[in-house]
Amino acid sequence: MTSAMTLSPADIDHLAMLARLGLTSNERGIIASQLDNILDHVSTLSKVDTAHVDETARVTELVDVWRDDVMAPSFLVDVALRNAPQRDGQYFKVGAIQE
Amino acid sequence: MNWATTTIGECARALRDGTTTPHELLTESLARIEATNGELNAFLALSPDRAHEQATKAAERLQKEGSSASPLCGVPVAIKDVLCTEGIETTAGSKILQGFIPPYTSTAVQRLIDAGAIVVGKTNCDEFAMGSSNENSAYGPVSNPWDTTRVPGGSSGGSAAAVAAGTVTFSLGTDTGGSIRQPAALCGVVGMKPTYGRVSRYGVVALASSLDQVGPFTQTVEDCAMVYGAIAGHDPRDSTSSPSAVDDPLITLRRGVEGLRLGVPKEYFGEGLDSGVKATVEKALQQLESLGAKLVEVSLPTTDVGLSTYYIIMPAECSSNLARYDGVRFGHCAPQSSLTATYMTSRDEGFGPETKRRLMLGTYALSSGYYDAYYRKAQKVRTLVAEDFSRVFRDVDALVCPTSPVVAFPKGDRSDPYSMYLCDVLTIPVNLAGLPGLSLPCGFVDGLPVGLQVIGPRFADNLVLQVAYAYEQSTAWHKERSPIASAVAS
Repeated sequence: MTSAMTLSPADIDHLAMLARLGLTSNERGIIASQLDNILDHVSTLSKVDTAHVDETARVTELVDVWRDDVMAPSFLVDVALRNAPQRDGQYFKVGAIQE
Repeated sequence: MNWATTTIGECARALRDGTTTPHELLTESLARIEATNGELNAFLALSPDRAHEQATKAAERLQKEGSSASPLCGVPVAIKDVLCTEGIETTAGSKILQGFIPPYTSTAVQRLIDAGAIVVGKTNCDEFAMGSSNENSAYGPVSNPWDTTRVPGGSSGGSAAAVAAGTVTFSLGTDTGGSIRQPAALCGVVGMKPTYGRVSRYGVVALASSLDQVGPFTQTVEDCAMVYGAIAGHDPRDSTSSPSAVDDPLITLRRGVEGLRLGVPKEYFGEGLDSGVKATVEKALQQLESLGAKLVEVSLPTTDVGLSTYYIIMPAECSSNLARYDGVRFGHCAPQSSLTATYMTSRDEGFGPETKRRLMLGTYALSSGYYDAYYRKAQKVRTLVAEDFSRVFRDVDALVCPTSPVVAFPKGDRSDPYSMYLCDVLTIPVNLAGLPGLSLPCGFVDGLPVGLQVIGPRFADNLVLQVAYAYEQSTAWHKERSPIASAVAS
Protein backbone atom coordinates (compact mmCIF):
# COMPACT_ATOMS: atom_id res chain seq x y z
CA MET A 1 0.00 0.00 0.00
CA THR A 2 1.53 3.29 -1.03
CA SER A 3 0.29 6.79 -0.37
CA ALA A 4 -0.38 9.34 -3.10
CA MET A 5 -1.71 6.63 -5.36
CA THR A 6 -3.40 7.89 -8.47
CA LEU A 7 -6.09 5.78 -10.02
CA SER A 8 -5.93 5.86 -13.80
CA PRO A 9 -9.02 5.98 -16.04
CA ALA A 10 -8.30 2.31 -16.85
CA ASP A 11 -8.30 1.50 -13.11
CA ILE A 12 -11.66 3.23 -12.68
CA ASP A 13 -13.11 1.41 -15.71
CA HIS A 14 -11.90 -1.93 -14.31
CA LEU A 15 -13.37 -1.25 -10.85
CA ALA A 16 -16.66 -0.05 -12.33
CA MET A 17 -16.93 -3.26 -14.35
CA LEU A 18 -16.14 -5.40 -11.27
CA ALA A 19 -18.75 -3.48 -9.26
CA ARG A 20 -21.21 -3.59 -12.17
CA LEU A 21 -21.65 0.18 -12.06
CA GLY A 22 -22.32 1.96 -15.33
CA LEU A 23 -20.82 5.26 -14.26
CA THR A 24 -20.97 8.26 -16.57
CA SER A 25 -17.63 9.77 -17.63
CA ASN A 26 -18.34 12.75 -15.34
CA GLU A 27 -18.94 10.39 -12.40
CA ARG A 28 -15.75 8.50 -13.22
CA GLY A 29 -13.68 11.68 -13.03
CA ILE A 30 -15.20 12.78 -9.72
CA ILE A 31 -14.96 9.34 -8.12
CA ALA A 32 -11.34 8.94 -9.24
CA SER A 33 -10.19 12.04 -7.38
CA GLN A 34 -12.33 11.25 -4.32
CA LEU A 35 -10.95 7.72 -4.15
CA ASP A 36 -7.40 9.04 -4.51
CA ASN A 37 -8.01 11.29 -1.50
CA ILE A 38 -9.58 8.52 0.61
CA LEU A 39 -6.89 5.99 -0.33
CA ASP A 40 -4.26 8.53 0.61
CA HIS A 41 -5.76 8.71 4.11
CA VAL A 42 -6.25 4.97 4.59
CA SER A 43 -2.75 4.17 3.40
CA THR A 44 -1.57 5.14 6.92
CA LEU A 45 -2.32 1.52 7.81
CA SER A 46 0.85 0.46 6.01
CA LYS A 47 2.85 1.97 8.90
CA VAL A 48 1.22 -0.30 11.48
CA ASP A 49 3.31 -3.34 12.43
CA THR A 50 1.15 -6.42 11.89
CA ALA A 51 3.95 -8.91 11.29
CA HIS A 52 2.70 -11.48 13.81
CA VAL A 53 -0.95 -10.51 13.95
CA ASP A 54 -3.84 -12.71 12.83
CA GLU A 55 -6.74 -11.29 10.87
CA THR A 56 -10.11 -10.58 12.48
CA ALA A 57 -12.96 -11.16 10.06
CA ARG A 58 -15.61 -10.75 12.74
CA VAL A 59 -15.53 -10.28 16.52
CA THR A 60 -17.39 -13.35 17.72
CA GLU A 61 -16.84 -16.39 19.88
CA LEU A 62 -18.92 -18.51 17.51
CA VAL A 63 -17.42 -21.11 15.19
CA ASP A 64 -19.24 -23.33 12.68
CA VAL A 65 -22.83 -22.61 13.65
CA TRP A 66 -25.00 -25.56 12.66
CA ARG A 67 -28.69 -26.30 12.77
CA ASP A 68 -30.56 -29.56 12.45
CA ASP A 69 -31.71 -30.37 8.93
CA VAL A 70 -35.38 -30.01 9.76
CA MET A 71 -38.05 -28.79 7.36
CA ALA A 72 -39.85 -25.62 8.39
CA PRO A 73 -42.31 -23.29 6.67
CA SER A 74 -40.75 -20.94 4.12
CA PHE A 75 -41.98 -18.60 1.43
CA LEU A 76 -44.60 -19.71 -1.03
CA VAL A 77 -43.41 -19.20 -4.59
CA ASP A 78 -45.87 -16.37 -5.19
CA VAL A 79 -44.59 -14.53 -2.14
CA ALA A 80 -40.96 -15.01 -3.16
CA LEU A 81 -41.72 -13.63 -6.63
CA ARG A 82 -43.79 -10.71 -5.43
CA ASN A 83 -41.05 -8.09 -5.84
CA ALA A 84 -39.58 -9.53 -9.03
CA PRO A 85 -39.24 -6.88 -11.75
CA GLN A 86 -39.90 -9.59 -14.34
CA ARG A 87 -41.42 -13.01 -13.78
CA ASP A 88 -42.50 -15.88 -15.97
CA GLY A 89 -44.95 -18.15 -14.15
CA GLN A 90 -43.11 -19.68 -11.23
CA TYR A 91 -39.75 -18.24 -12.26
CA PHE A 92 -37.76 -15.04 -12.00
CA LYS A 93 -37.14 -13.85 -15.54
CA VAL A 94 -33.64 -12.68 -16.35
CA GLY A 95 -31.72 -11.89 -19.54
CA ALA A 96 -29.59 -14.60 -21.14
CA ILE A 97 -26.10 -14.85 -19.68
CA GLN A 98 -24.38 -15.84 -22.90
CA GLU A 99 -24.03 -12.83 -25.11
CA MET B 1 -50.99 14.52 29.95
CA ASN B 2 -48.34 15.82 27.57
CA TRP B 3 -47.88 12.81 25.30
CA ALA B 4 -45.19 14.48 23.20
CA THR B 5 -42.70 14.18 26.03
CA THR B 6 -43.66 10.94 27.74
CA THR B 7 -41.41 7.99 28.28
CA ILE B 8 -42.26 4.33 27.78
CA GLY B 9 -42.65 3.95 31.53
CA GLU B 10 -45.10 6.88 31.74
CA CYS B 11 -47.08 5.57 28.76
CA ALA B 12 -47.22 2.12 30.34
CA ARG B 13 -48.61 3.55 33.61
CA ALA B 14 -51.17 5.70 31.80
CA LEU B 15 -52.30 2.77 29.64
CA ARG B 16 -52.85 0.61 32.71
CA ASP B 17 -54.62 3.19 34.87
CA GLY B 18 -56.96 4.16 32.07
CA THR B 19 -55.63 7.68 31.51
CA THR B 20 -55.10 6.81 27.85
CA THR B 21 -55.49 4.00 25.35
CA PRO B 22 -53.26 2.57 22.60
CA HIS B 23 -55.53 4.13 19.96
CA GLU B 24 -55.24 7.53 21.59
CA LEU B 25 -51.44 7.35 21.78
CA LEU B 26 -51.31 6.25 18.14
CA THR B 27 -53.71 8.95 16.93
CA GLU B 28 -51.68 11.58 18.71
CA SER B 29 -48.40 10.21 17.33
CA LEU B 30 -49.79 10.32 13.77
CA ALA B 31 -51.02 13.89 14.32
CA ARG B 32 -47.61 14.96 15.64
CA ILE B 33 -45.92 13.37 12.62
CA GLU B 34 -48.27 15.17 10.27
CA ALA B 35 -47.55 18.47 12.01
CA THR B 36 -43.76 18.08 11.82
CA ASN B 37 -42.79 15.88 8.90
CA GLY B 38 -42.91 18.67 6.33
CA GLU B 39 -40.11 20.37 8.20
CA LEU B 40 -38.19 17.33 9.46
CA ASN B 41 -38.65 14.69 6.73
CA ALA B 42 -37.99 12.08 9.42
CA PHE B 43 -40.62 9.64 8.12
CA LEU B 44 -40.69 7.97 4.70
CA ALA B 45 -43.77 5.81 5.17
CA LEU B 46 -46.59 5.50 7.66
CA SER B 47 -48.71 2.43 8.28
CA PRO B 48 -51.80 3.81 10.05
CA ASP B 49 -54.18 0.94 9.20
CA ARG B 50 -51.87 -1.77 10.45
CA ALA B 51 -50.97 0.37 13.43
CA HIS B 52 -54.64 0.73 14.40
CA GLU B 53 -55.04 -3.06 14.14
CA GLN B 54 -52.02 -3.45 16.42
CA ALA B 55 -53.53 -0.86 18.79
CA THR B 56 -56.76 -2.87 19.00
CA LYS B 57 -54.81 -6.03 19.84
CA ALA B 58 -52.71 -4.09 22.38
CA ALA B 59 -55.84 -2.78 24.09
CA GLU B 60 -57.25 -6.33 24.36
CA ARG B 61 -53.97 -7.58 25.72
CA LEU B 62 -53.72 -4.84 28.35
CA GLN B 63 -57.29 -5.65 29.39
CA LYS B 64 -56.42 -9.32 29.75
CA GLU B 65 -52.85 -9.17 31.13
CA GLY B 66 -52.75 -5.82 32.90
CA SER B 67 -49.38 -5.16 34.50
CA SER B 68 -47.91 -8.48 33.31
CA ALA B 69 -48.02 -7.25 29.70
CA SER B 70 -44.72 -5.86 28.41
CA PRO B 71 -44.23 -2.12 29.18
CA LEU B 72 -43.89 -1.68 25.40
CA CYS B 73 -47.49 -2.86 24.85
CA GLY B 74 -49.52 -0.09 23.22
CA VAL B 75 -46.55 2.28 22.83
CA PRO B 76 -45.80 3.90 19.42
CA VAL B 77 -42.47 3.05 17.76
CA ALA B 78 -40.79 4.09 14.50
CA ILE B 79 -38.48 1.81 12.56
CA LYS B 80 -35.43 2.81 10.51
CA ASP B 81 -36.06 1.96 6.88
CA VAL B 82 -33.26 -0.62 6.71
CA LEU B 83 -35.29 -3.04 8.85
CA CYS B 84 -37.70 -5.19 6.84
CA THR B 85 -41.36 -4.86 7.79
CA GLU B 86 -43.74 -7.27 6.11
CA GLY B 87 -46.22 -5.43 3.91
CA ILE B 88 -44.68 -1.98 4.53
CA GLU B 89 -42.39 -0.47 1.90
CA THR B 90 -38.72 -0.73 2.91
CA THR B 91 -36.32 1.37 0.86
CA ALA B 92 -33.09 1.58 2.89
CA GLY B 93 -33.16 5.25 1.85
CA SER B 94 -32.37 4.21 -1.73
CA LYS B 95 -34.11 4.55 -5.08
CA ILE B 96 -32.99 1.04 -5.94
CA LEU B 97 -35.49 -0.34 -3.42
CA GLN B 98 -38.30 2.11 -4.12
CA GLY B 99 -41.53 0.13 -4.01
CA PHE B 100 -39.93 -2.92 -2.36
CA ILE B 101 -42.45 -4.53 -0.02
CA PRO B 102 -40.70 -7.13 2.16
CA PRO B 103 -42.45 -10.51 2.44
CA TYR B 104 -41.25 -10.86 6.03
CA THR B 105 -40.46 -8.83 9.16
CA SER B 106 -37.02 -8.52 10.72
CA THR B 107 -36.61 -10.32 14.02
CA ALA B 108 -35.92 -7.15 16.02
CA VAL B 109 -39.15 -5.55 14.81
CA GLN B 110 -41.12 -8.77 15.25
CA ARG B 111 -40.02 -8.94 18.89
CA LEU B 112 -41.38 -5.41 19.42
CA ILE B 113 -44.65 -6.36 17.72
CA ASP B 114 -44.84 -9.54 19.84
CA ALA B 115 -44.42 -7.33 22.94
CA GLY B 116 -47.38 -5.24 21.73
CA ALA B 117 -45.58 -2.12 20.50
CA ILE B 118 -47.32 -0.18 17.73
CA VAL B 119 -45.24 0.28 14.56
CA VAL B 120 -46.23 3.72 13.31
CA GLY B 121 -43.95 3.97 10.28
CA LYS B 122 -40.51 3.83 8.70
CA THR B 123 -37.91 6.49 9.20
CA ASN B 124 -35.58 8.18 6.77
CA CYS B 125 -31.88 7.30 6.77
CA ASP B 126 -28.73 7.73 4.75
CA GLU B 127 -28.84 5.41 1.74
CA PHE B 128 -28.00 1.87 2.83
CA ALA B 129 -27.00 3.32 6.20
CA MET B 130 -23.95 5.00 4.69
CA GLY B 131 -23.49 8.43 6.15
CA SER B 132 -23.22 10.59 9.25
CA SER B 133 -25.71 13.36 8.51
CA ASN B 134 -28.77 11.83 6.80
CA GLU B 135 -27.95 13.95 3.73
CA ASN B 136 -27.30 10.85 1.59
CA SER B 137 -30.91 9.67 1.52
CA ALA B 138 -32.47 9.41 -1.93
CA TYR B 139 -35.61 10.84 -0.31
CA GLY B 140 -34.18 14.10 0.93
CA PRO B 141 -32.29 15.11 4.06
CA VAL B 142 -33.65 15.04 7.59
CA SER B 143 -33.61 18.16 9.79
CA ASN B 144 -32.46 18.32 13.39
CA PRO B 145 -35.40 19.17 15.74
CA TRP B 146 -33.06 21.42 17.80
CA ASP B 147 -32.20 23.55 14.75
CA THR B 148 -33.77 22.64 11.44
CA THR B 149 -30.94 24.21 9.43
CA ARG B 150 -28.67 21.52 10.85
CA VAL B 151 -28.27 17.81 10.37
CA PRO B 152 -29.58 15.25 12.85
CA GLY B 153 -26.54 13.03 12.31
CA GLY B 154 -26.64 9.69 10.56
CA SER B 155 -27.21 7.30 9.25
CA SER B 156 -30.21 6.78 11.58
CA GLY B 157 -31.07 10.48 11.43
CA GLY B 158 -34.79 9.93 10.91
CA SER B 159 -35.11 7.60 13.92
CA ALA B 160 -33.19 10.01 16.16
CA ALA B 161 -35.17 13.03 14.98
CA ALA B 162 -38.49 11.20 15.36
CA VAL B 163 -37.84 10.69 19.10
CA ALA B 164 -36.25 14.11 19.64
CA ALA B 165 -39.25 15.77 17.99
CA GLY B 166 -41.66 13.98 20.33
CA THR B 167 -43.47 12.20 17.47
CA VAL B 168 -42.94 8.62 18.73
CA THR B 169 -41.97 7.34 22.16
CA PHE B 170 -39.03 5.30 20.86
CA SER B 171 -37.50 4.09 17.63
CA LEU B 172 -35.07 1.52 16.24
CA GLY B 173 -31.93 2.28 14.29
CA THR B 174 -28.81 0.45 13.16
CA ASP B 175 -25.19 1.19 13.99
CA THR B 176 -22.26 0.08 11.81
CA GLY B 177 -19.73 2.80 12.65
CA GLY B 178 -21.75 5.05 14.95
CA SER B 179 -25.06 5.40 13.15
CA ILE B 180 -27.14 5.17 16.33
CA ARG B 181 -24.80 6.81 18.84
CA GLN B 182 -23.77 9.81 16.73
CA PRO B 183 -27.32 10.92 15.75
CA ALA B 184 -28.40 10.29 19.36
CA ALA B 185 -25.69 12.73 20.47
CA LEU B 186 -26.62 15.34 17.86
CA CYS B 187 -30.34 15.06 18.63
CA GLY B 188 -30.09 14.96 22.42
CA VAL B 189 -31.60 11.50 22.94
CA VAL B 190 -30.35 8.14 24.20
CA GLY B 191 -29.03 5.72 21.56
CA MET B 192 -27.45 2.33 22.10
CA LYS B 193 -25.45 -0.07 19.98
CA PRO B 194 -25.51 -3.47 21.69
CA THR B 195 -22.63 -5.95 21.69
CA TYR B 196 -22.17 -7.44 18.23
CA GLY B 197 -24.26 -10.58 18.16
CA ARG B 198 -26.70 -9.48 20.89
CA VAL B 199 -29.52 -8.42 18.54
CA SER B 200 -30.49 -10.43 15.47
CA ARG B 201 -29.57 -9.03 12.07
CA TYR B 202 -32.19 -11.20 10.35
CA GLY B 203 -34.20 -8.91 8.11
CA VAL B 204 -31.78 -6.00 8.38
CA VAL B 205 -30.67 -4.68 5.00
CA ALA B 206 -27.01 -5.55 5.31
CA LEU B 207 -24.31 -2.91 5.06
CA ALA B 208 -21.27 -4.52 6.71
CA SER B 209 -22.13 -7.88 8.17
CA SER B 210 -19.32 -7.98 10.75
CA LEU B 211 -20.21 -4.51 12.08
CA ASP B 212 -24.00 -3.91 11.81
CA GLN B 213 -26.14 -3.98 14.96
CA VAL B 214 -29.71 -2.92 15.68
CA GLY B 215 -30.40 -0.72 18.68
CA PRO B 216 -32.91 1.67 20.31
CA PHE B 217 -33.39 5.43 20.42
CA THR B 218 -35.25 6.56 23.53
CA GLN B 219 -35.75 9.60 25.74
CA THR B 220 -34.30 7.93 28.82
CA VAL B 221 -31.82 5.21 29.74
CA GLU B 222 -34.51 3.16 31.51
CA ASP B 223 -36.58 3.18 28.31
CA CYS B 224 -33.46 2.11 26.41
CA ALA B 225 -32.97 -0.81 28.80
CA MET B 226 -36.58 -1.90 28.27
CA VAL B 227 -36.28 -1.87 24.48
CA TYR B 228 -32.87 -3.53 24.50
CA GLY B 229 -34.24 -6.26 26.78
CA ALA B 230 -37.12 -6.86 24.36
CA ILE B 231 -35.05 -7.15 21.16
CA ALA B 232 -31.87 -8.82 22.42
CA GLY B 233 -31.31 -12.57 22.51
CA HIS B 234 -30.49 -15.51 20.32
CA ASP B 235 -32.17 -15.87 16.93
CA PRO B 236 -31.63 -19.16 15.08
CA ARG B 237 -32.17 -17.26 11.84
CA ASP B 238 -28.98 -15.22 12.37
CA SER B 239 -25.92 -17.44 12.62
CA THR B 240 -23.92 -14.58 14.18
CA SER B 241 -26.49 -14.23 16.95
CA SER B 242 -25.06 -15.08 20.35
CA PRO B 243 -26.68 -18.02 22.16
CA SER B 244 -25.72 -16.63 25.60
CA ALA B 245 -28.64 -15.62 27.81
CA VAL B 246 -29.60 -11.95 28.17
CA ASP B 247 -29.89 -10.96 31.83
CA ASP B 248 -32.71 -8.50 32.47
CA PRO B 249 -31.03 -5.07 32.31
CA LEU B 250 -33.63 -3.54 34.66
CA ILE B 251 -32.36 -5.66 37.56
CA THR B 252 -28.92 -4.01 37.64
CA LEU B 253 -29.90 -0.63 36.17
CA ARG B 254 -30.03 1.24 39.50
CA ARG B 255 -26.82 -0.09 41.04
CA GLY B 256 -24.95 3.19 40.50
CA VAL B 257 -21.27 3.76 39.80
CA GLU B 258 -19.87 3.70 43.36
CA GLY B 259 -16.59 1.82 43.23
CA LEU B 260 -16.57 1.37 39.46
CA ARG B 261 -13.38 2.17 37.56
CA LEU B 262 -14.21 4.23 34.47
CA GLY B 263 -11.47 4.59 31.87
CA VAL B 264 -11.05 7.92 30.07
CA PRO B 265 -9.25 7.25 26.77
CA LYS B 266 -6.86 10.16 26.31
CA GLU B 267 -6.85 9.83 22.51
CA TYR B 268 -10.59 10.65 22.48
CA PHE B 269 -9.88 14.12 23.87
CA GLY B 270 -7.26 15.18 21.38
CA GLU B 271 -7.08 17.35 18.30
CA GLY B 272 -10.28 17.47 16.34
CA LEU B 273 -12.54 17.52 19.40
CA ASP B 274 -14.56 20.74 19.58
CA SER B 275 -13.55 22.72 22.69
CA GLY B 276 -17.17 23.19 23.78
CA VAL B 277 -17.88 19.45 23.46
CA LYS B 278 -14.67 18.70 25.38
CA ALA B 279 -15.59 21.03 28.25
CA THR B 280 -19.15 19.64 28.43
CA VAL B 281 -18.02 16.00 28.49
CA GLU B 282 -15.32 16.76 31.08
CA LYS B 283 -18.01 18.20 33.32
CA ALA B 284 -19.98 14.99 32.88
CA LEU B 285 -16.93 12.98 33.90
CA GLN B 286 -16.58 15.09 37.04
CA GLN B 287 -20.23 14.35 37.76
CA LEU B 288 -19.56 10.62 37.48
CA GLU B 289 -16.64 11.02 39.87
CA SER B 290 -18.88 12.81 42.37
CA LEU B 291 -21.21 9.81 42.21
CA GLY B 292 -18.41 7.55 43.44
CA ALA B 293 -16.75 6.34 40.23
CA LYS B 294 -12.98 6.31 39.97
CA LEU B 295 -11.81 7.92 36.73
CA VAL B 296 -8.67 6.35 35.28
CA GLU B 297 -6.81 7.74 32.31
CA VAL B 298 -6.23 4.99 29.74
CA SER B 299 -4.65 4.87 26.33
CA LEU B 300 -6.02 3.35 23.12
CA PRO B 301 -3.11 3.91 20.72
CA THR B 302 -4.95 2.36 17.76
CA THR B 303 -7.53 5.18 17.86
CA ASP B 304 -5.76 7.06 15.09
CA VAL B 305 -5.93 4.11 12.67
CA GLY B 306 -9.53 3.13 13.48
CA LEU B 307 -11.01 5.30 10.76
CA SER B 308 -8.71 3.94 8.07
CA THR B 309 -9.34 0.36 9.19
CA TYR B 310 -13.08 0.92 9.04
CA TYR B 311 -13.01 2.65 5.67
CA ILE B 312 -11.39 -0.38 4.14
CA ILE B 313 -13.36 -3.13 5.89
CA MET B 314 -16.80 -1.53 5.69
CA PRO B 315 -16.74 -0.63 1.98
CA ALA B 316 -15.28 -4.08 1.21
CA GLU B 317 -18.12 -5.83 3.05
CA CYS B 318 -20.71 -3.48 1.57
CA SER B 319 -19.47 -4.07 -1.97
CA SER B 320 -20.15 -7.74 -1.38
CA ASN B 321 -23.52 -7.19 0.31
CA LEU B 322 -24.79 -4.77 -2.32
CA ALA B 323 -24.00 -7.17 -5.16
CA ARG B 324 -27.50 -8.58 -4.60
CA TYR B 325 -29.05 -5.42 -6.10
CA ASP B 326 -29.04 -6.61 -9.68
CA GLY B 327 -32.67 -5.99 -10.62
CA VAL B 328 -33.50 -9.71 -10.83
CA ARG B 329 -35.27 -10.74 -7.65
CA PHE B 330 -36.21 -7.30 -6.35
CA GLY B 331 -35.38 -3.65 -6.75
CA HIS B 332 -35.02 -1.30 -9.67
CA CYS B 333 -34.43 -2.91 -13.04
CA ALA B 334 -33.53 -1.08 -16.27
CA PRO B 335 -33.47 -3.85 -18.91
CA GLN B 336 -30.78 -3.45 -21.58
CA SER B 337 -29.72 -5.56 -24.54
CA SER B 338 -27.26 -7.61 -22.45
CA LEU B 339 -27.45 -8.91 -18.90
CA THR B 340 -24.22 -7.16 -17.90
CA ALA B 341 -25.53 -3.87 -19.25
CA THR B 342 -28.79 -4.44 -17.36
CA TYR B 343 -26.88 -4.86 -14.11
CA MET B 344 -24.75 -1.78 -14.77
CA THR B 345 -27.61 0.49 -15.77
CA SER B 346 -29.96 -0.69 -13.02
CA ARG B 347 -27.32 -0.13 -10.38
CA ASP B 348 -26.13 3.17 -11.83
CA GLU B 349 -29.69 4.50 -11.88
CA GLY B 350 -30.61 3.08 -8.48
CA PHE B 351 -27.60 3.96 -6.31
CA GLY B 352 -26.64 7.43 -5.06
CA PRO B 353 -23.16 9.02 -5.07
CA GLU B 354 -21.99 7.93 -1.60
CA THR B 355 -23.09 4.34 -2.26
CA LYS B 356 -21.21 4.28 -5.57
CA ARG B 357 -18.14 5.75 -3.92
CA ARG B 358 -18.07 3.08 -1.24
CA LEU B 359 -18.78 0.30 -3.72
CA MET B 360 -15.80 1.41 -5.81
CA LEU B 361 -13.59 1.73 -2.72
CA GLY B 362 -14.61 -1.68 -1.42
CA THR B 363 -14.17 -3.31 -4.80
CA TYR B 364 -10.67 -1.84 -5.00
CA ALA B 365 -9.75 -3.12 -1.52
CA LEU B 366 -10.86 -6.64 -2.44
CA SER B 367 -9.48 -6.75 -5.98
CA SER B 368 -6.61 -8.91 -7.10
CA GLY B 369 -3.29 -7.26 -6.38
CA TYR B 370 -4.68 -5.05 -3.63
CA TYR B 371 -6.49 -7.53 -1.35
CA ASP B 372 -3.44 -8.23 0.85
CA ALA B 373 -2.29 -4.63 1.12
CA TYR B 374 -5.73 -3.25 1.94
CA TYR B 375 -8.36 -5.73 3.15
CA ARG B 376 -6.12 -8.31 4.80
CA LYS B 377 -4.00 -5.55 6.34
CA ALA B 378 -7.12 -3.84 7.71
CA GLN B 379 -8.31 -7.13 9.21
CA LYS B 380 -5.00 -7.45 11.05
CA VAL B 381 -5.19 -3.89 12.34
CA ARG B 382 -8.74 -4.70 13.45
CA THR B 383 -7.25 -7.39 15.70
CA LEU B 384 -5.00 -4.74 17.26
CA VAL B 385 -7.99 -2.41 17.81
CA ALA B 386 -9.90 -5.18 19.59
CA GLU B 387 -6.81 -6.08 21.66
CA ASP B 388 -6.41 -2.43 22.69
CA PHE B 389 -9.86 -2.48 24.28
CA SER B 390 -9.34 -5.94 25.85
CA ARG B 391 -6.17 -4.67 27.46
CA VAL B 392 -7.77 -1.57 29.03
CA PHE B 393 -10.77 -3.58 30.21
CA ARG B 394 -8.42 -5.65 32.40
CA ASP B 395 -7.94 -2.45 34.40
CA VAL B 396 -11.29 -0.61 34.12
CA ASP B 397 -14.94 -1.63 34.07
CA ALA B 398 -16.13 0.69 31.30
CA LEU B 399 -14.97 3.71 29.28
CA VAL B 400 -16.49 7.20 29.21
CA CYS B 401 -15.77 9.75 26.51
CA PRO B 402 -17.44 12.01 23.93
CA THR B 403 -19.66 10.41 21.27
CA SER B 404 -19.15 12.95 18.50
CA PRO B 405 -16.25 15.37 18.09
CA VAL B 406 -18.70 18.12 17.12
CA VAL B 407 -22.30 19.18 17.72
CA ALA B 408 -24.85 19.17 14.90
CA PHE B 409 -23.40 21.00 11.90
CA PRO B 410 -25.25 22.96 9.18
CA LYS B 411 -26.58 21.03 6.20
CA GLY B 412 -24.13 21.04 3.30
CA ASP B 413 -21.19 21.78 5.59
CA ARG B 414 -19.28 18.55 4.93
CA SER B 415 -19.45 17.99 1.22
CA ASP B 416 -15.96 16.47 1.12
CA PRO B 417 -16.44 12.75 1.80
CA TYR B 418 -13.48 12.35 4.15
CA SER B 419 -14.54 15.30 6.31
CA MET B 420 -17.88 13.51 6.77
CA TYR B 421 -16.13 10.25 7.69
CA LEU B 422 -14.32 12.08 10.51
CA CYS B 423 -17.69 12.48 12.32
CA ASP B 424 -17.44 8.84 13.41
CA VAL B 425 -13.83 8.76 14.59
CA LEU B 426 -14.92 8.24 18.23
CA THR B 427 -17.60 5.64 17.52
CA ILE B 428 -16.01 3.44 14.84
CA PRO B 429 -13.50 1.59 17.05
CA VAL B 430 -16.38 0.27 19.16
CA ASN B 431 -17.89 -1.46 16.11
CA LEU B 432 -14.52 -2.84 15.02
CA ALA B 433 -14.14 -4.45 18.46
CA GLY B 434 -17.77 -5.64 18.65
CA LEU B 435 -18.39 -3.82 21.96
CA PRO B 436 -21.56 -2.28 23.44
CA GLY B 437 -21.72 1.52 23.31
CA LEU B 438 -24.36 4.04 24.31
CA SER B 439 -24.73 7.81 23.94
CA LEU B 440 -26.82 9.95 26.28
CA PRO B 441 -27.31 13.71 26.61
CA CYS B 442 -24.80 15.52 28.85
CA GLY B 443 -25.29 19.17 28.06
CA PHE B 444 -25.39 21.77 25.33
CA VAL B 445 -23.04 23.96 23.32
CA ASP B 446 -24.74 27.04 21.87
CA GLY B 447 -28.12 25.37 22.31
CA LEU B 448 -27.08 22.16 20.54
CA PRO B 449 -26.96 18.79 22.34
CA VAL B 450 -23.75 17.03 23.35
CA GLY B 451 -23.53 13.27 23.87
CA LEU B 452 -21.57 11.33 26.49
CA GLN B 453 -20.50 7.89 25.27
CA VAL B 454 -20.26 4.85 27.57
CA ILE B 455 -18.42 1.81 26.20
CA GLY B 456 -18.23 -1.60 27.82
CA PRO B 457 -16.53 -4.97 27.32
CA ARG B 458 -18.31 -7.48 25.11
CA PHE B 459 -21.64 -8.59 26.64
CA ALA B 460 -21.43 -5.90 29.35
CA ASP B 461 -24.47 -4.14 27.84
CA ASN B 462 -26.20 -4.10 31.24
CA LEU B 463 -23.18 -2.41 32.86
CA VAL B 464 -23.15 0.24 30.12
CA LEU B 465 -26.83 0.93 30.85
CA GLN B 466 -26.11 1.02 34.61
CA VAL B 467 -23.35 3.64 34.24
CA ALA B 468 -25.45 5.72 31.85
CA TYR B 469 -28.47 5.57 34.18
CA ALA B 470 -26.48 6.73 37.19
CA TYR B 471 -25.18 9.78 35.32
CA GLU B 472 -28.59 10.56 33.77
CA GLN B 473 -30.49 10.45 37.05
CA SER B 474 -28.06 12.86 38.70
CA THR B 475 -28.75 15.50 36.02
CA ALA B 476 -31.78 16.92 34.20
CA TRP B 477 -30.53 16.76 30.58
CA HIS B 478 -33.01 14.01 29.71
CA LYS B 479 -35.88 16.33 30.55
CA GLU B 480 -34.84 18.95 27.99
CA ARG B 481 -37.03 19.00 24.90
CA SER B 482 -36.24 20.22 21.40
CA PRO B 483 -38.06 23.35 20.16
CA ILE B 484 -40.07 21.14 17.77
CA ALA B 485 -41.18 18.80 20.60
CA SER B 486 -42.05 21.77 22.80
CA ALA B 487 -44.06 23.44 20.01
CA VAL B 488 -46.04 20.26 19.34
CA ALA B 489 -46.67 19.71 23.03
CA SER B 490 -48.06 23.21 23.69
